[in-house]
Amino acid sequence: MDLNHSNGGPSTAKILISGGFGVGKTTLVGAISEIRPLRTEEPMSDRSVGIDDTRGVSAKTTTTVAMDFGRISFPSQLVLYLFGTPGQARFWFMWDELAIGAIGAVVLADTRRVADCFASIDYFEHNGIPFIIAVNCFDGAPRFEPEDIRIALSLGPGVPIVLCDVRQRDSVKQVLVSLVRYVMSDSRRPDQMSIG
Amino acid sequence: MTSHEGSGDRWFDREAGPVVRPYALTMGRTRPAGGASFDLIDVVIATSDRMPEHFRPGPEHRRILSLCRRPTPIVDLTSEIDLPLGVVRVLLGDLASEGLVRVMSTQKQPASDQRLLRMVLDGLESL
Repeated sequence: MDLNHSNGGPSTAKILISGGFGVGKTTLVGAISEIRPLRTEEPMSDRSVGIDDTRGVSAKTTTTVAMDFGRISFPSQLVLYLFGTPGQARFWFMWDELAIGAIGAVVLADTRRVADCFASIDYFEHNGIPFIIAVNCFDGAPRFEPEDIRIALSLGPGVPIVLCDVRQRDSVKQVLVSLVRYVMSDSRRPDQMSIG
Repeated sequence: MTSHEGSGDRWFDREAGPVVRPYALTMGRTRPAGGASFDLIDVVIATSDRMPEHFRPGPEHRRILSLCRRPTPIVDLTSEIDLPLGVVRVLLGDLASEGLVRVMSTQKQPASDQRLLRMVLDGLESL
């Protein structure tokens, strides 16, 4: 980061926004940042072989992912990027790409479908990426106490659980602030910080 | 960020769809020269070095050079140039190995970088 500053360039950081399909990842990103498109065309990995049906197109060795990302520029020459993790199984290979060098992750949960965020939690726990749970309070969704959600998700006592409305900029801001404060706090062990 | 290309070009591309398969631009290479690894949020800047005589830049090489006269994160560069990330990485590898761009790596363990975290926190709280 110092190197970038000495050249007058921006410092950059990224946060992942994860969770099940339709839980509000894109809404969250759009509520607080400028949305821009990103095209990736990556060589197919073992993870997507067998899921992408390549019979009859033997020459195809890449798979295309079109995704959006959020961008927040701060006056301090810092640019913060928000990347939503692709939900479909065939895009799992993108997660490693996005996760390397991330500050941490927000796992969005919908109390009507808590199981949808199990895969995200497993991934971040396995790779030592700090994360918090943000419960998107959909209209009409049952309200639970954070501790009930902790039990439902089998989370340890340290992982913060916050309630939010992903349509509201201030609410999203508080979610991101909670994540950064958690990452800065001493409650995390140093050995949780490497990505395998 | 403003586009340096005429809007007509982009309209034509989008309307017509891809004319060539993306990795044809890189002559089939899917990894940058010299095994360089470029992260999405690494920052790239064009150097003031002269173009080596043996190097024959394609139009996409020239667009990248033009876009990164100012320090530009790779993800913004990729979004702006509207090419797939893998292709941009290979082209950047060509330019880096000719000394025409420098890529400044970002912190790979940002969760342990209290100074960066403080910058992010201060930035978010000021929104």
